[in-house]
Amino acid sequence: MPQTTGERYRVAPVHRRGREWPFPLNLYQTAVGRKWVMALTGIGLIGFVVAHMIGNLHVYEGPARMHEYAETLRTIGGGLVPKGTVLWLLRAGLLAMFVLHLHSAISLARMSRASSEQAGLVSGAKKYPGGRDHVAATYASRTMRWTGPIIALFILYHLADLTWGWWLDDDFVPGDPYHNVAESLGNLPVAILYIVANVALAWHIFHGAWSMFQSLGVNNPRYNHLRRSLATLVAGLILVGNLSFPILTQAGLITEDERSCPVGEVIGNACLAEQAKDH
Amino acid sequence: MSGSNGTTINVTLKVWRQAGPDAPGGFEVHQQAISTDASFLEMLDQLNEQLNDDGNEPVAFESDCREGICGTCGVMINGRAHGPQKATATCQLHMREFRDGDEITIEPFRAAGFPVVRDLAVDRSPLDAIIESGGYISVNAGAASDANLTPVPKAAADTAFDAAACIGCGACVAACPNSAAQLFTSAKIGHLGLLPQGQAERWSRTEAMVETMEEFFGSCTNHGECSEACPKEISLDFIAFMNRDYLKAKVKNRSLAGQR
Ligand code: SF4
Ligand code: FES
Repeated sequence: MPQTTGERYRVAPVHRRGREWPFPLNLYQTAVGRKWVMALTGIGLIGFVVAHMIGNLHVYEGPARMHEYAETLRTIGGGLVPKGTVLWLLRAGLLAMFVLHLHSAISLARMSRASSEQAGLVSGAKKYPGGRDHVAATYASRTMRWTGPIIALFILYHLADLTWGWWLDDDFVPGDPYHNVAESLGNLPVAILYIVANVALAWHIFHGAWSMFQSLGVNNPRYNHLRRSLATLVAGLILVGNLSFPILTQAGLITEDERSCPVGEVIGNACLAEQAKDH
Repeated sequence: MSGSNGTTINVTLKVWRQAGPDAPGGFEVHQQAISTDASFLEMLDQLNEQLNDDGNEPVAFESDCREGICGTCGVMINGRAHGPQKATATCQLHMREFRDGDEITIEPFRAAGFPVVRDLAVDRSPLDAIIESGGYISVNAGAASDANLTPVPKAAADTAFDAAACIGCGACVAACPNSAAQLFTSAKIGHLGLLPQGQAERWSRTEAMVETMEEFFGSCTNHGECSEACPKEISLDFIAFMNRDYLKAKVKNRSLAGQR
């Protein structure tokens, strides 16, 4: 160690540490702590994506069952709380996880970018003027900071499309997701957009679901090989499930041809509810 | 390969030249005819003698032990830290890894925490800063104690030894797209954190070393490039160990704060 020189180290810190916040907030001030947050919120978000995908499989049971599923989500908690309360709480939690996941990702990317003399603007990946050779990094790990923003933008589109009904306009019927899905995904460019975004999502999860084990320090040489398998399985399931919606809609499986109820928020939905009950 | 049955190959070197930390840098091209028995650094020595004879400034690069144990050497060779051979420091790389007519790009290890001093030499003192922040360990100094007085489980001894193999070369940082120093730091933390002798200061050491690391380097995204580049094949498992210990350290150092 150069303890004989006047200044002990000639290299000035690249990142300055601020005043420490009280525990446990101080964890979020460090990169390792932020990776914990990213991993934990990642688990929650993957949980949502899986549940969302499985729930949406109801679409293959027809408009009545899909309507019933949507209603069930609003009535979680039964008569104990006003309708929609639990759903809104879940949504708030989801939003919080999403914001934390995004904020930690963006701030850590910025930290990495500042840690190299030259780095990619989005990826934050260090650049070598003579070029470099990647040996271990997967294509998925290297594109996390690209797939992430793609997913975020897609989520906004998806909400505007099937939750707020911005582009379907008069065709959008609240409470009749089967109809809305058939309308939206029946459109080829929209279906392609969903396919691209969901490939990005599975890609992101393929690395994320492995990476989180490392971030959380879940490491046991005896079981480590299972971490990659699990990540592949989760990403694969999500990919197959989510891609089925646009593809099968395009293939004509989700169609309103055999529908016996009229489409409409009042009469139509009431008819769907009746049908679901008879089932 | 046995004896000296090396042949001579001709290679084109694209070497990074930079007069000083703030000077602009660029590649300089040189031709070299070199025996395949020569080591990579001997090839650079030969180049430097030529440059010297021609009255030119030799290429600055660092080396010391030249047997893969000191961690002084280390350059990017064709886009890989320490070159193409796995588990091999630059000084242990031989020209037999290259073919006649090859073009070899040689660059310094890069990171904002490793500013270029000159040509291929970079300042890696932030790694020293990380080590120093780890502080001391408490051991009985006095009459030498008997051997094996402190029992160490075999598995812990083996793993600690694996971590202790880190030579502090900085290839992990150089290879990391994030310029993160997780592999180096976790090797140091894992080394002492696994042994009974390191337990007394385990939590304060982990906290201090991680936080010093974060003053200089980027954030790990688990690419795994570090371990591939590492001449000692330090495992990514140590990074997980460090992440776990860091969180525990934050909790423990807080609950012990009243007693400190
Ligand atoms: S972990 Fe490996 S690559 Fe990093 S400094 Fe130690 S020996 Fe070098
Ligand atoms: S010169 Fe000592 S490790 Fe290469």
